[in-house]
Order: sequence, then C-alpha cells, then structure tokens
Amino acid sequence: MEKFTQHTGVGVPLRRSNVDTDQIIPAVYLKRVTRTGFEDALFAAWRGDPGFLLNQDAYKAGSVLVAGPDFGTGSSREHAVWALKDYGFRVVISARFADIFRGNSGKQGLLAAQVAQEDVELLWKILETRPGTEVTVDLASRTVTCDDVVVPFQVDDYTRWRLMEGLDDIGLTLQHADEITAFEQRREPWRPATLPAKHLPPVEVRPARPVVTLDLGPTRGV
Amino acid sequence: MAGTLAEKVWEAHVVRRGTDGAPDLLYIDLHLVHEVTSPQAFEGLRLAHRPVRRPDLTLATEDHNTPTLDIDRPIADLTSRTQIDTLRNNAAEFGVRIHSLGDADQGIVHQVGPQLGLTQPGLTVVCGDSHTSTHGAFGALAFGIGTSEVEHVLATQTLPLAPFRTMAVTVNGELPIGASAKDIILAIIAKIGTGGGQGYVLEYRGEAIRRLSMEGRMTICNMSIEAGARAGMIAPDETTFEYLKGRPHAPEGADWDAAVEYWRTLRTDDDAVFDAEVVLEAADLEPFVTWGTNPGQGLPLSGNVPVPEQIADANERVAAERAIEYMGLTPGQPLRDIKVDTVFIGSCTNGRIEDLRAVAKLVKDRKKAQDVRVLVVPASARVRLQAEAEGLDRIFLDFGAEWRNAGCSMCLGMNPDQLAPQERSASTSNRNFEGRQGKGGRTHLVSPLVAAATAIRGTLSSVADLGADVPVPDGSPLDPDDALQSV
Repeated sequence: MEKFTQHTGVGVPLRRSNVDTDQIIPAVYLKRVTRTGFEDALFAAWRGDPGFLLNQDAYKAGSVLVAGPDFGTGSSREHAVWALKDYGFRVVISARFADIFRGNSGKQGLLAAQVAQEDVELLWKILETRPGTEVTVDLASRTVTCDDVVVPFQVDDYTRWRLMEGLDDIGLTLQHADEITAFEQRREPWRPATLPAKHLPPVEVRPARPVVTLDLGPTRGV
Repeated sequence: MAGTLAEKVWEAHVVRRGTDGAPDLLYIDLHLVHEVTSPQAFEGLRLAHRPVRRPDLTLATEDHNTPTLDIDRPIADLTSRTQIDTLRNNAAEFGVRIHSLGDADQGIVHQVGPQLGLTQPGLTVVCGDSHTSTHGAFGALAFGIGTSEVEHVLATQTLPLAPFRTMAVTVNGELPIGASAKDIILAIIAKIGTGGGQGYVLEYRGEAIRRLSMEGRMTICNMSIEAGARAGMIAPDETTFEYLKGRPHAPEGADWDAAVEYWRTLRTDDDAVFDAEVVLEAADLEPFVTWGTNPGQGLPLSGNVPVPEQIADANERVAAERAIEYMGLTPGQPLRDIKVDTVFIGSCTNGRIEDLRAVAKLVKDRKKAQDVRVLVVPASARVRLQAEAEGLDRIFLDFGAEWRNAGCSMCLGMNPDQLAPQERSASTSNRNFEGRQGKGGRTHLVSPLVAAATAIRGTLSSVADLGADVPVPDGSPLDPDDALQSV
C-alpha cells in the first residue's frame, strides 16, 4: 500500500447525509472481477445529472470529498472505496462514517477523516463560495486546512500508523502465524467444519419458468 | 469478570492481544463466500502465492447474480456469468466447497449457513456481505467485511478487529396481532436511526425476542446493519438448540452434549454493564413500513408521509424532502393510500419457510390485485423444495404470484429481477436506498404479512385491512405433519 502522510487537492462539497454505498456505486457495477477501473461507476446514478458536482469543471478534478454525516452506510462492498480511489479521491471527510466503509478505506489507503459537523459546514461554505479551492489534509498533525480555516480530524491510531507506513495487513498478521497455529490446536473439536461436506439427501431442483400472462387471468408457470 | 454475550464470544477468539493501539487479532470459525466480493480477494492470494489457510472453515455459494428463472440455461448476462464462473474456478483452484446454481444446497449465503447447521452459537462468522449480521441470531458474533478482509481471512483465518461497544436492545412484552419480527426491527431502526448503532454490537433481548422463532430472530439480526451496527446478537436458548439438532453439520452424540453445555454459558451475565441501552414495548408496535430512501425513514402503516416543514433538524428535513421527491409521494399522504406495482417476497431478511407459510396462509383461495406483479423467491433451494413439499407453490401460483428459484433476486439490482424506473414495490427485503432494486425504482420495506395483504389489495395494507374476520397467520406449517421436516 502506498504511504499517506499529507495530501492537497480540490475539495468537493457533497451536501448530502446518509450517502450509502449503493449511491457510491450501484450494484450493477459490482459484476466486474477486477480491482481497478471503477471510476466510471462512482456516483453513477447522480453523474447523469449535468448539475451534479463532479460534472462541474471546478470540482471535476476533486480529490478530497467533504460529505454529510453517515457516509458509506449499507452494503459492505469495497467497490465503493475502489470507485472513489479510481476516480482520484484520496480523502473523504464526514462527521460520521459507517464502520465497514471506514475499515475498507483503511485497507485501501483512502483516508476517512472524521470532522465535527460544524467544521464540515465551514468547509462546505468555503468550497461552495469558491469552487475549486484546495484542501490540505495532514495525517501527521491530523488537521484539515482550507483557506484560513484549520480544523482537526479524528482517525484511530492504528489506521493512521498503517497509512503512514503503507503497511499491508496480511503481511503484518502472518508475522504471528505460530500464534494462529497454537490457537487452532486449542479449538474445541466439535466446532463445525465445512469439509468433509455433509448434506441432506440430494434432490432435484426444478427450474422456474417465465409465467405467460393472458387476459383470462394469471396462468401457472411450469 | 462479568461480561456480555458479545464480549464472551470475542474473548474466546483472541489469538493475539493488540498492544500499542493495535487491534486484537481474532480467529474466524466460519467464512462464507459469494461471487460478488470474492474475485479480487482470490486474485490477491494468487498474486502473493498464498493458499487458503482453512478451506475446511470456508463455504461458497452463488446468490447475488443468479437468475431465478431458467436456471438450467446459461446465464444470459455475460458479466454475471463471468463472475459466477470466476467463483467456480476459484473454489476449484483453492479447494473451497461450493454450492452452485441448481444444487439443492444453493441459495442466499445467510440461509445456507444456518440450514446446513454450520452457523452455531459462540462462533465468529464473517462474509463479504453486510447482512452477515443474520447469523447473530444463533449467538454467534457475525459481521460483514470488505474484500480486503475477505482476502485476509482466506490467507490467515483471522482478522484484526477494533474493539466494539455494546448496546442492549430490550423488547418487552408480547407483539400485538398482525405485527412480526420485521416490524420490531423496522421500529428499532426508526428509533435509533441508520447511524445509531455505529460502533456497537447490539444484543436483542426481552420477552418479545425470546418468543420469536429462529426465522424471526434471523430477520431481526439481519437488519442490525441498517442501524449501522457492527453486529446483532441473541443469546442461544432451547429454540436455538431445537433448530440446530439433527442438521447436517450440527454436533452429534457426546459432541452435541459438550456443545450444548458450552452454548448455555453464552448469555450476558446479570451484573454485566452495556455501554448503551434501548427499550421498546412490543405492545406499542404495529405493522411498519418505510416511506423514504433509508431504512430509518419508517413509520407505522397507520401514519402519513411526513411533512418536511415540520422536521426540526435541518439535515433530516433536506433528506426527507429529497426522499419524498425520489419516492414520488406527497407530504401528509396516508401511507395506506400508496399503490404499488410490485410485491417482492424473499431475500435474506424474509425468504425463509416461515415467511412463505405466513404469506401462503393469507393468500390461499384469493387472487392478487389485478395490476400488481407478485414475486415469491425462496431464500434457498432447500426452502423452495420444502415449500413445494408443503404445497405452498400451488397456493402462490393460484394467487397469481410467480414462484421463482432461490437467490437474492429483487433485493438488489444485480440480476434480472429489477424494478423499472419509478416502479413502486412493497418489499420484504432490507434496503430502500435509491436505485437499490433497479435504477429509479421505489421501495417500501414491509413484513411478509404486510406484503401479502398489499398484494391482495394493491395498496400498502395490513392484515387488519382485509376484514375483521381474517385471522392473522403465523409461520407454522399449513399441515401440522410438515413440521417434522422443516428446512
């Protein structure tokens, strides 16, 4: 993972609360099996509106999203983080993040910076009054600077450390492989295992067929 | 030291205690996998030359992309087909057990785990799906994870997890007739909000919860995530043990006795302290329905669409205005007057056998409202087979509903079952987000009973609207002999 210490980029004031991950990336885009190339899917339903922020020249190159509270609620799809990153965002600022979204961001080097709602309002005002204004987010001092406004943000110590060092979680965990093995040897024998597989008797599943609707009323599917 | 249920399960899984602000490393007992959030995780393993550490604690099924018609034919949507094929190839390459379309054990991952008896009390269960909270109904600590974490669990069978806070959600008393588990959870979310559970593991307790079947408890825990919670749990009891006994992967013989003895310890100690507490009186509940575009925007069915000008909080007011516009509603309009185009009965929230039985009892010997499309989609192939063995399929078809194969179906717009722009649904699923059921679609979340009554009348309705003499059905089999072979 790329190290993150400080980032400066155009701020985008997304004045909406409860931006769920279905809004960040609709389900139809989740069919891809790659980890990149989701930039077109970001806020897909809203991008069709010419007035939407990311369709305005001043915000198009935005890399710091300043959103309303409860950002990233709903589905656990990490695609939401990939889409934000692929578009070019490095930081999302909000007064409250959904837990899974916050976790996913940390894994992918997208900084989820928690800022008090009154400070979010300050940032919105500046970014709306002077579209295209840059925002500097400094992870070392945990501050957001925009014009003459400097506000603090919260991020947990562990995530901050991992972001600043650019560390990969799996590598960190595998340093403790012997402790995992020791734990496995202590596990109760009756805890379930998926293998060898046990089943109820196999039964044929009949495929449902489309129903043909006649004016006479509903008819049966096969 | 006194502890809550969640803390006990956590403590039993600590592989390594975090120091210097690092999180605890927890062992994962059961990892469920589906086609949407796993391809990039398997690819990550491949690139790093890592195996799946414990294929024997991993189970894959196909659910999100799968069609619910013509399942014996190739999947028409090529990207969906590729994603399914990718899962099959990954399962084969890494030695993971998979239940594919057409297999009797295929279905929504959150039904497949419980019905196989793999979901058990006291386990840690994860899946790249936020509705993994469902498994908390068994007293497991179960939560949704992102794809990076899926890869982490595949590689290490562990997860570093930040500590959580605990919230007791107590539902006292007895539910009134016509209200169900779905109405309890919709009322809880409306009360604490979509962010109210953030950082918390919720423990549902109280008489109304204890009285629920496992199916009802799964409905409640399933939607914990809609309140923003990390997880939802219910302490195991006789209802849990009875559900599990005899299932393919339930412990047997002496192992069963040892397991039950342990499971009985999985309850919050009387002197344990929760970080937060919420209390609801079941007697106050009535059938609930959402009017807006997040699950917290719900009201009793007897209410009216809110009037934004009357909402004090500025953010909530703007959100309500936007939601009412998207939903094509009028402020102040009675919820009962809302006419729907489609009724969807299914999903990991309400696609279980009890849900289907309750609906079947209500629609038996009736016809659906003329212009309403009704989809009945079992949560798993086994649920479908069970329903057919009980004759429910004939009841649905005679009613004018479509009886489909198992899958996530219309809960989310990833497969052919979708709403058209501005099409309105009453849906037993879990999310009413903009476009969730198809671009421009409008979703009202409801219980199976409200869905059935709505399918009969064509407007949002409860059983009470069908006439004073109509009894409110429960989830028991239509023929008592069928109870012996419950899914």
